[in-house]
Amino acid sequence: MYDKEKIIPGLIVFVLIAVFPILYNRGNAGHIPNPEKPKAARECVRPVQDMRESHMQLLIDWRTDVIRDNGARYATAAGGTRYARSLQLGCMKCHDSKRKFCDECHNYAAVKPYCWDCHIEPKENM
Amino acid sequence: MDIKRRKFLKLAGLSAVAGIGAPSAFNMLLRGEVSASEGKPSGHGGGEGHGAASTTKYRYGIVIDVRKFASIKGLAGKCIKACHTIHNVPNYGNKKDEIKWVWVESYEHAFPEHSQYKRNERLHKLPILTMCNHCDNPPCVRACPTQATFKNKENGIIMMDYHRCIGCRFCMAACPYGARSFNWRNPREKDSQGRYRFLERINPDYPCRMRGVVEKCTLCVERIDRGQIPACVEATGNTGAMIFGDLNDPNSEISRVLRETFTIQRKPAVGTHPSLFYII
Ligand code: SF4
Ligand code: SF4
Ligand code: SF4
Repeated sequence: MYDKEKIIPGLIVFVLIAVFPILYNRGNAGHIPNPEKPKAARECVRPVQDMRESHMQLLIDWRTDVIRDNGARYATAAGGTRYARSLQLGCMKCHDSKRKFCDECHNYAAVKPYCWDCHIEPKENM
Repeated sequence: MDIKRRKFLKLAGLSAVAGIGAPSAFNMLLRGEVSASEGKPSGHGGGEGHGAASTTKYRYGIVIDVRKFASIKGLAGKCIKACHTIHNVPNYGNKKDEIKWVWVESYEHAFPEHSQYKRNERLHKLPILTMCNHCDNPPCVRACPTQATFKNKENGIIMMDYHRCIGCRFCMAACPYGARSFNWRNPREKDSQGRYRFLERINPDYPCRMRGVVEKCTLCVERIDRGQIPACVEATGNTGAMIFGDLNDPNSEISRVLRETFTIQRKPAVGTHPSLFYII
């Protein structure tokens, strides 16, 4: 091989640069989302795992049921908590910080739900 | 032989076209016919005045006593402010971008089909408070390609699902009353200090809209569902300037007023069956 003494160190440098980020971050899983739970509320409208998996579907179902099919605007959770079937009047009354609750996971998962294009987050500065 | 084959192919082609095309065209006509008349064979508007009985369980309407609005200064403005504050309706400060759920119209614009010849001065000065008529036969609903605008099956209110609206503005072209407004810009635009430019104050219990959707009066369905009356009606207090109620209930106050008083509707001849009535 010609230019062995140039090519081999070059390759070594290249590989080192390429794997540097992996080595540098080893043992560190990065920022884990940690949505802040409301302190006062006793229970959520559905079990936590259901909410994690399908809160978006629940919101869409509430919308259709309330405005199109005359579903009730209020309901009662399994443990007896009465709640409004509404993002602003329901969810956000307990989860009163979009930044500390919604954004935690949405940012982590890199999803940009368009709820807030119209809906108003609690205590948004006016 | 050759000619026979040509003839045969022509015939076959023609009958195939007829066979495929005819039934669907027929169906379209049939469907159009059905939705245009919607079980109201005599309902061509003009002759019928106040409109046929609604097929929904409730049909909410409002009687607006224009005489009261003329005599009580600032009453119309109070109604508009109540509605627009509660519903986060932006004020862009120019006619081109204007969003209005409820507004004041002149007599000749509100009732263009009435003769204006030698009308007395009083009529021309009347502030006619107008909003969505929540038509019993709503052309906006038929025009909407996405069902973003629809008639609620129970209360007859013409509602909107802003999530579905694609901003095509067909409904605006279809509405004979100009009751719909399009968001040309973002209603929650902020200035350099982070304040809303077009909203004086925000009601955190009600959503806003976004750029590219149409919006209009909802007859305060969110309040009616909680047993309250519409905000504009509430703003008139005990003046009796607006009477809200169920038109399907013969014993409601609004039904009684309609029986006992001479009222008119906006453009009854277009057959929309408005649920707003005016005492002039
Ligand atoms: S007034 Fe216009 S927007 Fe309202 S229901 Fe009638 S057609 Fe639709
Ligand atoms: S602008 Fe929205 S509500 Fe109006 S017709 Fe189009 S989709 Fe329907
Ligand atoms: S009925 Fe409600 S939404 Fe409609 S104009 Fe009055 S206050 Fe506004």
